[in-house]
Amino acid sequence: MPNQAADLELAAVTKAYGETVAVDAVSLKIPAGTYCCLLGPSGCGKSSTLRMIAGHEFISDGDVMIGDTVVNDLPPAKRGTAMMFQNYALFPHLSVRENVAFSLKMAGVGKTERLRRADELLDLVDMTKYGGRLPSQLSGGQQQRVALARALVTNPTVLLLDEPLSALDPFLRIRMRAELKRYQREFGISFIHVTHSQEEAMALADMVVVMNDGRIEQVGSPREVFNAPKTTFVAKFMGGHNVVPEGGRKYAVRADRLKLAAPASAGAADTATVTDVEYQGMTVHVAMTRRDGTELLATLPESEFDRAPVKVGDEVHVAWQPSDRHELAA
Amino acid sequence: MDASTRVGASNAEKGISSGARKRRTSWTPAWVPYAQAAPLALVFFLFFILPLVATFVVSFWNYTEYSIEPAFVLSNYQDVFYGCFSGSPALCTTFATYLSTLKFVAIVWVATLLIGFTVAYFLAFHIRTLPMQIALFMVCTIPFWTSNVIRMISWIPLLGRNGLVNEMLTSIGLVDAPIEWLLYSDFAVALALVHLYTLFMVVPIFNSMMRIDRSLIEAAYDAGASGWQTLTNVIIPLVKPGILIGSIFVVTIVTGDYLTIGIMGGQQIASVGKTIQTQINFLQFPIAAANAIVLLAVVLLTIWGMLRLVDIRKEL
Repeated sequence: MPNQAADLELAAVTKAYGETVAVDAVSLKIPAGTYCCLLGPSGCGKSSTLRMIAGHEFISDGDVMIGDTVVNDLPPAKRGTAMMFQNYALFPHLSVRENVAFSLKMAGVGKTERLRRADELLDLVDMTKYGGRLPSQLSGGQQQRVALARALVTNPTVLLLDEPLSALDPFLRIRMRAELKRYQREFGISFIHVTHSQEEAMALADMVVVMNDGRIEQVGSPREVFNAPKTTFVAKFMGGHNVVPEGGRKYAVRADRLKLAAPASAGAADTATVTDVEYQGMTVHVAMTRRDGTELLATLPESEFDRAPVKVGDEVHVAWQPSDRHELAA
Repeated sequence: MDASTRVGASNAEKGISSGARKRRTSWTPAWVPYAQAAPLALVFFLFFILPLVATFVVSFWNYTEYSIEPAFVLSNYQDVFYGCFSGSPALCTTFATYLSTLKFVAIVWVATLLIGFTVAYFLAFHIRTLPMQIALFMVCTIPFWTSNVIRMISWIPLLGRNGLVNEMLTSIGLVDAPIEWLLYSDFAVALALVHLYTLFMVVPIFNSMMRIDRSLIEAAYDAGASGWQTLTNVIIPLVKPGILIGSIFVVTIVTGDYLTIGIMGGQQIASVGKTIQTQINFLQFPIAAANAIVLLAVVLLTIWGMLRLVDIRKEL
């Protein structure tokens, strides 16, 4: 594939709808060939950011650069990007082959040539034998592959994916997730993938961009973001963390680093009351409220829980290593 | 032994075979759906099927200047097509009438399609909020708040020899004498028909357009399609069923129209409906019935032909 990967850079990109600011001066550099996940709750500005990169939304302020070109005023097809839509947006009246060949047809490529190219792409995503079908005759996973082929047919330098897995059932989601990662490796171009699922982001991304309220909270590899969350928001959104106030500061402690023991003396400061116990198979989740009102969650391996089982209402002693706690900036 | 086989066994002991036991499939008694469909079915039967059958039967009856007799003769149909297959170069009256009607159908169809599509496109794609769409849609229906006849008569002060249009044209010196063909002409008929029936195009096309997933338009744009390419490659193929439904409305209504053609044509332009009306006035029911049956056949054939062009079931 003659795909030329390119760096993508956002410089103080802003999107304002009247008074409301959806994206607030976001700056970000995504090196060529990166699987980047924009992660955040709904309304955090991740989709608007993606759509500004794609050219489906005008940029209120700032610049988007792909390679050496400022693409602010270029239409989508001239940016070298391609977008895969949330519900795939396959043309219902066109066959799978014609769907894949659509952008070539728009560019004026002759029929034999564009269908030959479409077949190449369909072969790549293992959909050759479905070429003559209509999109409505395909399963969700198959539709996704066709959408991917359609997006890749123009050799984009950056592929933009808007919640691509949210329309699939959980089982298929995990399978298609693996496929997306594989295609990204094979094509060597950047994938920018918008999702609200931290699990999806951690499984896929080389680079996670956690967004909240139109701003970037943290950028890093999944490990960095999970193990060293910078803010309370990131710690809470990534999950599996306790946010503990201590001496006027806030610390994050991973739920699997909490140790439970029988209370040394009733009424000590580090005593907590068990409020909920959830069996999760390999682990057991124990929710507690500490005497100062802090909600805590401990994730214990099943065997460890079984050594000293607790039940709702029990008093327990909660502790963690000082090295396991991690100071938060905000 | 599990619960179900136990139940089966005990039923067998009581002599009840579980296979024959009738299972409830709904809380509604079986006759209720029929009762719900009955009123409309009755109306259809009494006021549609029965008159249609009667018309069909009467079209084979015999008539003279002073009587109508039950019979089975084909003379009415022969009269309808009198001179049509004689091989003479001049068209027979029936064919000439149908040709005239066909001309109006073609003009009105093209005009309502272009106007209707444009209006529907504007409503569906340029108006972003639903309340505004509903409001503007209501505006389109305003002409229908008055009767058909009043709407036609209102054209007279506008288009007449001394009407507003002619007065304006002469006063600004564009023409020396009033234009005669504005009223009581083919032009007036076509204008009134387009005015009356454009909404029948707008509604189904608008409905089809509203069903188009907006991300498809975006996907087309993403693929580099220009506005025109999006229109021809995505929007028009997807609104084909709406265009077809609107076309069926317009074509069938215009084919059977005689009031508009009568009033706006100054009673000078022939139409099948007008022919039938005249024959009824002379109490020549059998030949009027024969004409009606021929008209019905023509309309049904047209609809059948149009349905073959587009698979309408996808839309309904």
